[in-house]
Order: sequence, then C-alpha cells, then structure tokens
Amino acid sequence: MSAATVRTGPSSLVVVGASLAGLRAVEAARKVGFAGRITLIGDEPHLPYDRPPLSKDLLAPGAPTDPVTFRSRTELVDDLGVQLLLHTPATGLDPHAQVVHIGGEEVAYDALVVATGAVARGLPGTEGLAGVHVLRTLDDARSVRRALDEGARTVVVGAGFIGSEVASAARKRGLPTTVVEALPTPLTRSVGPDLGTALALLHTRNGTALRCGQTVAAVQGTDRVEGVRLTDGTVIDADLVVVGIGAVPRTDWLADSGLPVDDGVVCDAFLRAGAPGIYAAGDVARWHNVLFDRSMRVEHWSAAAEQGAQAARNAVSPAAAQFYATVPYFWSDWYGSRIQFAGVAGNDGCEIVSGDPADDHFVALYREGDRLTGVLTLNGQRYVMKYRRLIAQRARFDEAIAFARTSAPTRSAATTS
Amino acid sequence: MKIVMDRAKCTGIGICEALAPTIFEVDDNGELVVLSAEVPEDAQNEVTEAVEGCPTMALRLQS
Ligand SMILES: Cc1cc2nc3c(=O)[nH]c(=O)nc-3n(C[C@H](O)[C@H](O)[C@H](O)COP(=O)(O)OP(=O)(O)OC[C@H]3O[C@@H](n4cnc5c(N)ncnc54)[C@H](O)[C@@H]3O)c2cc1C
Ligand code: SF4
Repeated sequence: MSAATVRTGPSSLVVVGASLAGLRAVEAARKVGFAGRITLIGDEPHLPYDRPPLSKDLLAPGAPTDPVTFRSRTELVDDLGVQLLLHTPATGLDPHAQVVHIGGEEVAYDALVVATGAVARGLPGTEGLAGVHVLRTLDDARSVRRALDEGARTVVVGAGFIGSEVASAARKRGLPTTVVEALPTPLTRSVGPDLGTALALLHTRNGTALRCGQTVAAVQGTDRVEGVRLTDGTVIDADLVVVGIGAVPRTDWLADSGLPVDDGVVCDAFLRAGAPGIYAAGDVARWHNVLFDRSMRVEHWSAAAEQGAQAARNAVSPAAAQFYATVPYFWSDWYGSRIQFAGVAGNDGCEIVSGDPADDHFVALYREGDRLTGVLTLNGQRYVMKYRRLIAQRARFDEAIAFARTSAPTRSAATTS
Repeated sequence: MKIVMDRAKCTGIGICEALAPTIFEVDDNGELVVLSAEVPEDAQNEVTEAVEGCPTMALRLQS
C-alpha cells in the first residue's frame, strides 16, 4: 500500500476485556473481513472462559474444575491473528491520543471495544477472612467448590440468581444451607415482588432456609469464617459464606478518560461510547435499547455475546453501523428446575397463563400499558422463546393472552421429573 | 447443509430457537428438537447465527 492509499476505515482494533463480549468482538471483526491489527487485552491469566457453568456444573460433586473455554490459544493467535495480552490489566484510556495504557506502556487504536464486564460486590470488612467468597471468576468458583467438597455449612448472602444457584449446589450435597436476603421479597427488581416470592418457594421446598428482610450485621471468625450474625441477632454457623449481592461495572480504569460513565459506559443505540472510535459491549455497557426505548445495562450471557459482535462490526466498519436492540434474555438453574426470563418486568402487573406459581411449572407474562414486555417461566422451556418473539414484535398484551389460550399446556405426566 | 447436534452438550437454553424459530424448537422436557435437519436455502443465515450463538457449542453444520 502506498502512503497515498485512501483510508476507508480503522486499521487497528483494540478490545479490552478478554471474556465473552471481548472474544465475540474479535471473532466478529475477522468475520466481516477486518484485516488490520487486533489486540485483545485481559487481566485474567486464563483464556476467555464461560461464566454460567461456574455456579452450575463446576460446583457439582465430582465435576471437572477445568474452565469451559471457547477457543484455544492457537485458534486465537494463529487462526484469527489476534495479539493476545492476558494477565495484563488496562490501566487507563486517552481518547484524544487514542491509546490504551497498560502500566507504563501504550497500545494505540483506531477502533476500541470496551468489554471489561463487571466485578462482584463484596461484603465490606470480610476481606482476608477465609471461607468468604464472591462468585465471578474461575478462581472464585474453585474456592467455593473446594468448600462444598469439604461439606461446608453454607450461608449465601443475597437471594439473586447466582447466589440461589450456589444454594442449590450446596443442597444437592445435603449441606445445611441458608440464604439471607435484605429485601422483604427476593428478586423484586428482576421479576417483581409476586413472582420473586414464587421463585423463592423453590428454596424452602428444597430445604434451604430463607431469611428475608435481614442483613448481615457481622461475619464472625478471626482467620476463617465461623458464622454470620443477622440484624435480628440470630447467629448462623457457617464454614462457607458466598456473597451474591450484585456486580458493579468495571469502569474504574476509565476514571480519567472523560468517557461518560453512569452505572456502566454510556452508549447510544449503536453501542458508541461517546468518543471517536470507542464502543462498549457486555456487562459494562449501558446502551439505548430502541426496542424498549430506554437505557439499560444487563448482565446476561446472550446480550454480552451479541453486543460484543455488534460493537466490533460497528467499530471496524462505522459507515455500515447498525444499532443493537434486543429482548434481554437469561436463564438460571435452581434445584434441577430451569428459570427463564425474557424482556423487562413491566410495572403494570403480570398474569399467569400456564401452571401455578406454587408448583414446579408456570409461565407469567408482564405488561406495560397494553404492551407485552416480559415473560418469566419456570420449567417452561417450550414457551419462553415464543413469547420472546412476541415481545420483539411489540405485541399487545391481549394478543399474547390470546396466543396463550391457543398454546395451552400439553405437559404430559412424563415430563414432571 | 445439514445440522448436526450434540445432545450431550445441549442444555436447552433455546438461543438457537430465538435465532432460527423455523428450524429449532425446545420441547416440554427442555430438549431441543431440530425441526429440519437439512437447512432450507432461505434459512442459511439464521441457522448459521444459531450455530454460532449456541452457548454450549452443541450445534455444527455439515456440508
Ligand atoms: C457465576 C455466574 C453465573 C452466570 N450465569 C448466567 C446464566 O445462567 N445465564 C445468563 O444469561 N448469564 C449468566 N451470567 C452472566 C454472564 O456470564 C455475563 O453476562 C457475561 O460473562 C458477561 O460477559 P462480559 O464479557 O461482558 O463480561 P465479563 O465476563 O465480566 O468479562 C470481563 C473481562 O474483562 C476483564 N477486565 C476487567 N477490567 C479489565 C481491565 N482494566 N483490563 C483488562 N481486563 C479487564 C475481566 O477480568 C474479565 O475477564 C453468569 C455470571 C456469573 C459470574
Ligand atoms: S442454543 Fe445450543 S444449548 Fe441452547 S437449545 Fe440450542 S443447541 Fe441447545
């Protein structure tokens, strides 16, 4: 190429965060034919690995504790031509000079995808106390697994999805298990109070003690955890405390960049992050979802994968940029039951269209005004994607109810396992 | 092109169904039913997306 070659697009792509969103970003860039330099920077020592199994398969007795990785080093480096910088935290960003700082070094970019995910919130004051863990990384999961293998009396702080999966794993081994939740009903923010109560029944039905409206007053023990004291004075003996009280987007390294941050990197509908050439994807991104006409940040596998790919496509060919809109979707596995949720838990109530919230199967639809906005299923694998499609088509709530009548449950006795 | 599915890997999360509803359907047991093993001409793109979108890498295309 001569110096006179007309620049038609960026010639280098840097992706910060080497997990799901970051990986999908580099794959997508190559897939659309981007031939420039690609650098993938990640602070973990591991190749990109999958997180959902960390609180599921990996905690099962006897299951392998190797991470589920998506691609080998050879595939990434040789086949995709990615310069891989693992165990390398990005420490800063200068959007004017278009460089990412890693310690004293600089990596220049034309296009940048920020995919630094989120970090689990811990319990202040428990740092350094053995037996207290969050669950976000492979190393966290291995520590929790080891404690479960040793038969730990388990306390989970926070009745969210990840914490509830840990409680399931503990109960599967018959260990004494308590879930402590600060709110009067669990999962209110994700699924609303009524269905939060319904899902919480799974805990009590499976022998997990659920203490709602209680916070942790103190974690007891000097070097190693011995128990948890609640605000009402109760003390629960514990060898393992897993803290599942949410995650915070990893925007710390962007503090001096001037990039707009508000519970996540603030993006428009195209995942553009407010400075030339910069995009964000995955758990760290707060973007405008045109399908619901609102700004949202989700911590879901499929959104992270899709946003990673879309952000990279937009980053390497900005002239052909497309917006990213989705019906957010996640699943969670508790006590052998599958919970699936798609959309948003609208404010105007919900209706059960199949099954019974007190039982092991139900389908609930959410509305906002007369629009269908969300669906929650318990062991309703056959239904969830059909309603998700209706939500994407902006179906009216009454249309969804009519659809529900025609697709009445056909669960045979054989399906109740 | 033919769809090859590894039942041992599939966990019935249904992302394939979301991407290619005419080809994939998760049934009552949470098991995936491939409605059409041979990929129809007009569904190539969505099937490719579904194969790539599967979180457990349970789907493969064979020509
Ligand atoms: C235990 C667990 C279970 C889950 N189960 C489900 C489930 O069942 N269903 C579902 O839909 N979703 C689930 N999720 C959520 C899903 O895994 C996440 O949405 C997804 O991992 C987000 O991907 P990401 O790439 O955006 O972020 P992350 O996976 O958080 O990756 C971000 C990466 O960036 C790195 N990083 C951060 N800062 C820097 C820096 N300054 N420099 C370099 N690297 C940096 C991080 O170390 C990390 O490797 C689960 C998550 C966890 C933790
Ligand atoms: S996306 Fe993959 S795991 Fe999910 S149902 Fe389809 S094939 Fe199975």
